[in-house]
Amino acid sequence: MTTNEPVIEVTDLRRVYDGGYEAVRGVSFEVGRGELFALLGTNGAGKTSTVELIEGLARPASGRVRVLGHDPYTERAAVRPHIGLMLQEGGFPSELTVSETVRMWAGCTTGARPEGEALSLVGLTRRAGVRVKQLSGGEKRRLDLALALLGRPEVLFLDEPTTGLDAEGRQETWELVRELRATGTTVLLTTHYLEEAEGLADRLAILHAGQIAVSGTPAEVTASQPSRISFELPAGYFPGDLPPLDSLGVTGHEIVGRVLRLHTNELQRAATGLLTWAERTGVELRGLDVRSGSLEEAFLRIARDVSEQDARMARAVQGGTAPKNTARPDKEHVA
Amino acid sequence: MSTDTVTRTAPQAPTVTAVGRITSLARAELTLLARSRATFFAAVFVPLVLPLSVRSTVEDMDLEGAGLSIGSVILPSAVGFSLLFAVYSSLVSVYAARREELVLKRLRTGELRDAEILMGAAVPSVLIGLVQCLVLVGVCAALLDVGAPEAPLPAVLGLLLGLVMWPALAAVTASFSKSLEGAQVAAMPLLLLSMVASGTVVPFEVMPDRVATVAELLPLSPVITLIRGGWEGNLSAAETLGAIATALAWTVLAVFAVRKWFRWEPRR
Repeated sequence: MTTNEPVIEVTDLRRVYDGGYEAVRGVSFEVGRGELFALLGTNGAGKTSTVELIEGLARPASGRVRVLGHDPYTERAAVRPHIGLMLQEGGFPSELTVSETVRMWAGCTTGARPEGEALSLVGLTRRAGVRVKQLSGGEKRRLDLALALLGRPEVLFLDEPTTGLDAEGRQETWELVRELRATGTTVLLTTHYLEEAEGLADRLAILHAGQIAVSGTPAEVTASQPSRISFELPAGYFPGDLPPLDSLGVTGHEIVGRVLRLHTNELQRAATGLLTWAERTGVELRGLDVRSGSLEEAFLRIARDVSEQDARMARAVQGGTAPKNTARPDKEHVA
Repeated sequence: MSTDTVTRTAPQAPTVTAVGRITSLARAELTLLARSRATFFAAVFVPLVLPLSVRSTVEDMDLEGAGLSIGSVILPSAVGFSLLFAVYSSLVSVYAARREELVLKRLRTGELRDAEILMGAAVPSVLIGLVQCLVLVGVCAALLDVGAPEAPLPAVLGLLLGLVMWPALAAVTASFSKSLEGAQVAAMPLLLLSMVASGTVVPFEVMPDRVATVAELLPLSPVITLIRGGWEGNLSAAETLGAIATALAWTVLAVFAVRKWFRWEPRR
């Protein structure tokens, strides 16, 4: 399904809010036809701020956005009939019924699906006569999705589509998104559920502080992360008793209590070396845990980098309370 | 025979027109208005009752000296109240409520243009205002011996200009409020000023000249002038054009302000 033709093109995008806060700081990426692209990030990373620019809801401070070859902000009328979207938070009059809401939206949508079809897609058929204010959070998300799909969009924007859904609802939504993707719909998804991105996305990008920290296929991003081995040091043994860590391909290690954690880019070599040593020495490695790099690790590492940076900055700002010898390098680091 | 809804190719897409979109939105708004009792009663009954209370005040005035009859004062006032309460005040609430519920933001993600969203939301209030004005004119004619307008054209023009200007002013007012309650407060100044100084209760003819000159420039004033003048048939061409120009100026100003300042999302 994927062709070379980009459906979404984003180049050096920036967004500055009224107070001067720069939420998006030079984001660039492309999404090909039929591709599912996920934007990941912690809260405040700039996901929604970025997506709103691509949806044409706001004008970027600088940079370029093209959706289906058009500027989504200045050429709204050309783009809108071909896209469907779901905001992070609904936005439906609470006193209308589900059915009335769909009918209202259908009257404003080119080539709208019949009401019954739209509701059955998201499993809300039996709730058609219920007022929106009486729907659960998950049902509201599904109504939102029904409206996003109403015009059979070529491009679908989903801003945290499964937030508030229970496990089953989440699975159903994923299934629906997979089906849509299989029929050639291009999807831009934001989420903070890692398994959602890992399971659905062809490619993804992790945003932090308004910039793309890592991007690629889920496999590429995962492969760029070190794998990890952790276990409890047997009684009477010290890290120095292990074979030289370099020789095992271990790039770093840390000890928490009695638990030793090794990081490596060559998981098989490191694990084999460690287990061979344990076999030869005749010790049991309790709590042994061997795991490949994961998206979660990539995500956490980026989040940790941010919070460490914040902490360093806070120390640097406090100045007087920080030891003199560390205050100076910290400031330089921040600058 | 495949009935798979997801993979089926799209049927010939019926193109939605601006009128179709506005109608669809208006129908939903009408449903909402009917379900919101307080707003509904305020819009429908306040303007019908207010003219009765004005009557006693008007009866105390020296109208004969100004060449006016009770009916020719009350009828335009009634139309004015209808524009103020059924159209202006209720629409300020509608715009603010839809903004706070994120409905406006969501609607803007679709094919509706900005103006269509504001117009669609305004249709029910404008319709109520129109029907109310016609009913009030009928009632006044029957009970106060007003008769048919001498010059229908200015009267009709006054009503139509009012029905365009006041929704626009409602959108401006909603732009300058932070919440639904705030919107009601924000609507107060113009509401009170119009009731006191736009010739609704106190005719311009009874005001001191200087006050009248300024009061005639208020947004409701040209509507009152045109309707009263239409009924009396005593407006000069200059007076008619002046009133039309004032109404158009307010409308243009309001549209400009909406384009520049209307907020589509709640302030967070």
